[in-house]
Amino acid sequence: MTKQKFDRRDILKSAVVGGAAVASTAATVTPNPTALAQQTTAAPTTSEAAGYAFLNLEEAAFVEAVVDHIVPADEVSPKGTDLGVNIYIDRALAGAWGKGERLYMQGPWKQGVPSQGYQLPLTPAQLYRAGIEATNVHCRKTYGKSFDRLEPTQREEVLIGLSTSKIKFENGLPVRVFWTTLYQTIIEGMYSDPIYGGNRNKAGWAIIGFPGVIAVHRDNVEKYRGKPFPSKPIGISDMS
Amino acid sequence: MTIKLKEVDVVIVGLGWTGGILAKELTEAGLKVVALERGALRSSESDYSLPNIRDELRYVVRHDLMQNTARDTITVRNNPTQEALPMRRLGSFLPGEVVGGSGVHWSGHTWRWTDMEFNIRSNYETRYGKKFIPDDMTIQDWGISYAELEPYYDKFEYTAAVSGKAGNINGQIQAGGNPFEASRAREYPLPPLTPILASEMFSVAARNAGYHPFPRPSANASQPYTNPDGSKYGGCQYCGYCQRFGCEANAKGSPHMTVIPIAMRNPNFELRTHSWVTKVLKDSDGKRVTGVAYTNLLNGDEFEQPASMVLLCAYAINNVHLMLLSGIGQPYDPVAQKGVIGKNYCYQTGAGATLFFEGKFFNPFMSAGGSNATIDDFNINWAFDRAPHDFVGAYNVSGGFNTALPIGYRPLPSGTPQWGSEWKRATAKWYQTAMTIGASGSVMANRYNCYDLDPTYRNAFGQPLMRMTFDYKANEHKMGRHAAQVINDIAKSMNPTKLNPATARTDPWTVVPYQSTHNTGGTIMGTNPRDSALNKYLQSWDCHNLFVVGANVFPHNASYNPTGPVGALAYWTADAIKNRYVKSPQPLVPA
Repeated sequence: MTKQKFDRRDILKSAVVGGAAVASTAATVTPNPTALAQQTTAAPTTSEAAGYAFLNLEEAAFVEAVVDHIVPADEVSPKGTDLGVNIYIDRALAGAWGKGERLYMQGPWKQGVPSQGYQLPLTPAQLYRAGIEATNVHCRKTYGKSFDRLEPTQREEVLIGLSTSKIKFENGLPVRVFWTTLYQTIIEGMYSDPIYGGNRNKAGWAIIGFPGVIAVHRDNVEKYRGKPFPSKPIGISDMS
Repeated sequence: MTIKLKEVDVVIVGLGWTGGILAKELTEAGLKVVALERGALRSSESDYSLPNIRDELRYVVRHDLMQNTARDTITVRNNPTQEALPMRRLGSFLPGEVVGGSGVHWSGHTWRWTDMEFNIRSNYETRYGKKFIPDDMTIQDWGISYAELEPYYDKFEYTAAVSGKAGNINGQIQAGGNPFEASRAREYPLPPLTPILASEMFSVAARNAGYHPFPRPSANASQPYTNPDGSKYGGCQYCGYCQRFGCEANAKGSPHMTVIPIAMRNPNFELRTHSWVTKVLKDSDGKRVTGVAYTNLLNGDEFEQPASMVLLCAYAINNVHLMLLSGIGQPYDPVAQKGVIGKNYCYQTGAGATLFFEGKFFNPFMSAGGSNATIDDFNINWAFDRAPHDFVGAYNVSGGFNTALPIGYRPLPSGTPQWGSEWKRATAKWYQTAMTIGASGSVMANRYNCYDLDPTYRNAFGQPLMRMTFDYKANEHKMGRHAAQVINDIAKSMNPTKLNPATARTDPWTVVPYQSTHNTGGTIMGTNPRDSALNKYLQSWDCHNLFVVGANVFPHNASYNPTGPVGALAYWTADAIKNRYVKSPQPLVPA
């Protein structure tokens, strides 16, 4: 195992296997390497904001890998995990939306035609879980590894397969439904208010110059007509 | 066990714009009114306030002010050969569920529908002959005239603080307004909103093409305003959070800050929130209604509220649902083409282009609900000859912005990757430097587009869901092609750096994504009980003490947003009840 591939699932697995070694090994995994990396790149991150409420280790590794591939670090913004997109997704899945709030969940269940919209007997959290599992089944079969351990070109290939429905899941889950949910939640994690765990430091809004919750443009609408608006984004917590 | 309550004069089901207007008007006329509303009471002061109201995830994506589909939804299909399946979450349209209803989260676009709609079949038969109208197109005249509604349009516009520029005052065309509009008695209560760059650029291009752009009339107060009832408005802040949100500035005309608080101060009025009406009750001979049955959503208690008069003022879809659940009127059968309840469900269609201008800053986050310029040259204008294009109906075209928030709005030139650095750079480059031009088009009634009760799926109260059968027909496809061409010609004349052109919509209607909360028909008004559910006063032909108010009364759908005539008809009905019906409770139009 190279240092780069060091992954907390390995630590935790060895910790569990190790028995007596648990205590000392466990001490080395708190705070986890990802959180440490975040602290060096993206400023104030409270320790409470890290850690997962819904995603298990394999799912967390998948989500982190996906969001960092879709949102790579570059001159435009920090990478997906440094934006907290993974944390946003975890909180959304753990919360009311993930549990199916507002979703009509009575059968009979039929797939129907695409114009009839979502028809699966799954809450968003269950859909996510089944989709990650199925994607990793595909990855292991095709590449011998789970998604998070693939090379960037392989990840790219998988995401193209998901987004075009060229990949078919063996478990019968419609790929299109998983992909649209996955993609939509990544967008939400980039651009929703930071109170939901993503868009950390409003760096998502900064990508596009969106001013956030700023409210009063009555004069600006004339003053900045056709001109760039100098915005330092403001979030809900900045005004609370 | 059902608890039977003391009889009141009037029970109103649903407290949005129509219920609010009727509650205010009828309590002022001395009637005892109880309003039953499914949703909660929320206020501008504590709910639609800064900073929490500025939350796209909560209000746009998670539908915080909207109907909860876990409890009640509809089933959908495109045609009668399909099996309808439940709309498991909201998408294409968003009925409100709160005191104030959809009047809280609308954008404020307020139009006057004209005799072009009210006499639709006569108009087309006269101009183009009977054969011009396809056999399966069940359009019919409404039985009301623009002249009758004009004072009520005026009343609604002054109540809701509509900002705009008149185009025709007492027959005199006014510079800067819509030259095609029907004659109005006076100006709008407030001048138009400050134009934004996108609407100005669209106006210039449209004018150069020979069209007649004008500022879209909207219930977004362009300056502080006190309406004739004394309700106070702040000036619009162009905050960019209009559609789907309550207005923190009280600048958007909404029932929760106008008619409803006035009714609530009247001792004749009582509001019961969290009250879910399951049925309208009829007397033994079926000629009158006797009240409604409802459930208290907070504890499950069931009540019967007797009343001398019942007014259905819920969202358009839910009004029709209640009529079907209550067995009032004959359900519509599209095969035999008999019956009326559920008939002529209509929606709207559209087309849109995105224009990318490198280096031009549109600041899409600075906009009001109605920051658009519009042309009606292909809408309420008979000089636009439909014959060569072979369609019935019309569309308007607009340029501007309305709620361009970043989860939902990130314009990208076609062919841009969906992820990675190139995607991010394009997102960064174009968010502020793109604008849109869009058409909103009418949908004509069709015999197969209708509602009935679903045979399989049920709501939380064990009642059948309503089933919607709907698709666009060849008529709408043809109109879409025409609209796309007009949009693209205007767009190209503006020389954008890149253009995602408009295309005609020809795919089946789908429940996702969001399209328009302009669902019409199902309990339509008309001239006789054979082909309509209600007379011109929105009074049931079957039970004369039942009135059904909302866009569900429209026999077809125009290109315009529906709230103008919805509000005007509510005032019109209020007058008919106050001035005529209470003095002599009987049918206001002989059957």
